[in-house]
Amino acid sequence: MRIGVDVGGTNTDAVLIAGGRVIASTKQPTSADVSSGVTAAVGAILSGAGVSANDISAVMIGTTHFTNALVERDRLDRVGIMRLASPSGEALPPLTAWPEALVRRIAGATFLLPGGYEVDGREIAPLDEAAVRAAALECRAQGIGSIAVSCAFAPINTAMEERAAAIIADAHPDAHVSLSHNVGRLGLIERENGTILNAALASLTQHVMASLENALAALGIPAPLYISQNDGTLISAAEAARYPVLTIGSGPTNSMRGAAFLTGVENGIVMDVGGTTCDIGVLSNGYPRESSIAVDIGGVRTNFRMPDILAIGLGGGTRIHLGETTDDVTVGPDSVGFRLTQDAFLFGGATLTTSDVAVAAGKASFGDPGLVPALSPLLSAGILRRVADMLADGIDRMKTQSGDVTIIAVGGGHFLIDDDLKGAANVVRPEHASVANAVGAAIAQIGAQADRIIDYDTEPRAAALEDMREMLLARVVAAGATRETAEIVDMDEVFLSYLPGRSAQLRMKAVGSLADAASLTAEALAEARHVH
Amino acid sequence: MFIDDAAVLADLASGAAFLGSGGGGDPYYSLLLAEAALARCGRFEVVSLADLPEDALLAPCGWIGAPTVSVEKLPNGGEAVSGLRRLEEIMGKPIDAVLPIEIGGGNGLAPFISAAELGIPVVDCDGMGRAFPESQMAIFNIRGLSACPSVLTAADGSLSVIETGDNVTHERIARALSVSLGGIAHMVEYPLSGAEAKAHAVPGSVSAAIAIGRAIREARTRGEDPFDALGAALEATGLYPHCRSLFDGKIVDLERETRGGFSVGKVTIEGFGGGGRMEIEFQNENLVAESGGRILAMVPDIITVMDRDTADTITTEKLKYGQRVKVVVAAAPAMLRDARALSFVGPRAFGMGFDYQPVEALNETETA
Repeated sequence: MRIGVDVGGTNTDAVLIAGGRVIASTKQPTSADVSSGVTAAVGAILSGAGVSANDISAVMIGTTHFTNALVERDRLDRVGIMRLASPSGEALPPLTAWPEALVRRIAGATFLLPGGYEVDGREIAPLDEAAVRAAALECRAQGIGSIAVSCAFAPINTAMEERAAAIIADAHPDAHVSLSHNVGRLGLIERENGTILNAALASLTQHVMASLENALAALGIPAPLYISQNDGTLISAAEAARYPVLTIGSGPTNSMRGAAFLTGVENGIVMDVGGTTCDIGVLSNGYPRESSIAVDIGGVRTNFRMPDILAIGLGGGTRIHLGETTDDVTVGPDSVGFRLTQDAFLFGGATLTTSDVAVAAGKASFGDPGLVPALSPLLSAGILRRVADMLADGIDRMKTQSGDVTIIAVGGGHFLIDDDLKGAANVVRPEHASVANAVGAAIAQIGAQADRIIDYDTEPRAAALEDMREMLLARVVAAGATRETAEIVDMDEVFLSYLPGRSAQLRMKAVGSLADAASLTAEALAEARHVH
Repeated sequence: MFIDDAAVLADLASGAAFLGSGGGGDPYYSLLLAEAALARCGRFEVVSLADLPEDALLAPCGWIGAPTVSVEKLPNGGEAVSGLRRLEEIMGKPIDAVLPIEIGGGNGLAPFISAAELGIPVVDCDGMGRAFPESQMAIFNIRGLSACPSVLTAADGSLSVIETGDNVTHERIARALSVSLGGIAHMVEYPLSGAEAKAHAVPGSVSAAIAIGRAIREARTRGEDPFDALGAALEATGLYPHCRSLFDGKIVDLERETRGGFSVGKVTIEGFGGGGRMEIEFQNENLVAESGGRILAMVPDIITVMDRDTADTITTEKLKYGQRVKVVVAAAPAMLRDARALSFVGPRAFGMGFDYQPVEALNETETA
């Protein structure tokens, strides 16, 4: 049995999953310290389902806590930044184009040091070990306890970053070190930005992870703890404590993965209708399709992989604007949002919303339909047709195969989605949809990704693919997956222009199902418990 | 004209990205560099061709190499200035102004940084009117000027002077040098006089790019359709006289391969509501757009794939399955469409088996 937890801004949800089914679920208020909300939610699950803490094989947590800390610029560490790329890159030093307030908050000392690799693997300059040591000592002298290291083409060769980390560990043993190759892919500025953000989260993360583990220990749960990352796969608690920035986009991914699990639909479109928007995402083999747009976090440009979500301005609280004639009707884009239960006619308010019209038409039953002003059947049908057109248009924009697709309707406003919506082969409305995020966390697999540039004229393509495959499978097994379930689920190969031979950028992703705690290797167990 | 506002640089980057026709790389890093230079130097001066003395010495410049490398191996900052200084030594006189060798993509912003360092203006013109994959596709080669003496510099401080008898050899040597320097280098080429620039450069392309970018930004701010604004701005430049949104849909297929050192491929876009398909063939830049078996636009006319919501340009290396896009085409500057120019930059120069037809003619037939 596994427990999945979603720590949102408002609620902390938890679910208990066994035998592929949701056995129990709960919603508890999120606490400022994160851990007491988690304790309450997990405690409610254990007592509600009447299961023993010893029967839990793993706990998976997805949280927006670290994202919020970055957006609110709260509880962040000052960061020492070392870039290994000089003389290249000096024209664009670290923190270029960052919001000034954030720079003031976290910028410690910056060091542009010799090092880095060329695209063909040669060194731009040899690593200057004495300079790295001096920089580490300088950080130590200034009381800077978190250091971000970036290196040109580190995703291709990690050696210089790793050597720098060893030197820093020796010169400044208490420092928390973030290495760019563990954070992101090609694109030095974006990867370095992510690494610096990660470093800024170091103390907060240590604190939060320790309190989460203590919470589980207090509940008597001996099982390992895993954290959801941006792509919907899991990393160990220890890895999350080192690289919290990998977890900041897990919310929408978990929601879509949870919806896939609850319905058994691996390929389709998830429509999450909230109060203000309908978020539409595409599920491909059970995972969200990724966006290709640069991701801005707290005003900083990064290149994390995030789901491709289309948000349209239509939700349960969207306002209906009536004009002079029945044809003159506008739906949104404004919404009463969370004030639905005060402002909508259904709840005694004086604002006409999509919920009022849908309930009056018998599509849902909540509030008091008697309070909704009578609309002519023609007008009511016209409004609902407009709503259906907006939703159908959203589906059409997102789907990439011809023909109708399966729609998974979730969220409080899912009643706006008709069963015969244009473009929908069928509409599935899962039970437990309100805790889909926690379900997504609970069912997640271990994941690993890699990104390399390979010249197939020097390294034959078949051998290169096999090498990367084996390396990734070994990584997911080392992190706690079973060898039998480990597989490559995604591969992307882009041939590069203006380079000799046949150079390609090769990206691959592997996932594997979590092994039982009993069969975990000692190494994987240690990874899953970073405190104890 | 002076540029003293980072927003104008962002407009230039956005307009240059559009004029790249899918190539020239994402100007984001060039924009960051230009913003840093603006912060250091206060303002950039842009002068028009008409204001140049006939005997002025002008230096077109830009980066040569692989866009993929340029996002990882960043400039040192000294490359452009050392190349320009060496050219001054060779020519025995100071450089009066610089210009982008190509307005399309990141190179549209490249000369601003060196201009600021040297305290000289950027000329409102360029050598391609868009982006092209190779140096000898510049209008200066088409019109018979020499690329040499040309100076190529890299982040490590190394400097090479290229002297060749013909411009194709110059391109081949420069390309090989850039590869051996790690896949990216700065190049000063086609040094020319004020009189030659007036006769041969693509005039007004820097201010056109700024106007295009500004129109998109202002339309977004006002909540208006950025594509309408883009079309109006392009036509108002006079340089890109015809523009239309050719297609609206999502990417349903993407094939890529490498051929002769170039990233070539084909993207298939399906219209919303089952509204047909468009296929675009690209070789770094988008070359040919066709729908329903009919060609609707071809090189050297500009074919750009843009995000349908934001009107951000999507360069060919950033195309991805599932993206919601519009395809916008614009007529190339007239000087790229004469018979001599087409032999260098028309469809046959890219290995296509057909002759050039202007985008406006192809689409008139379509509507008739």
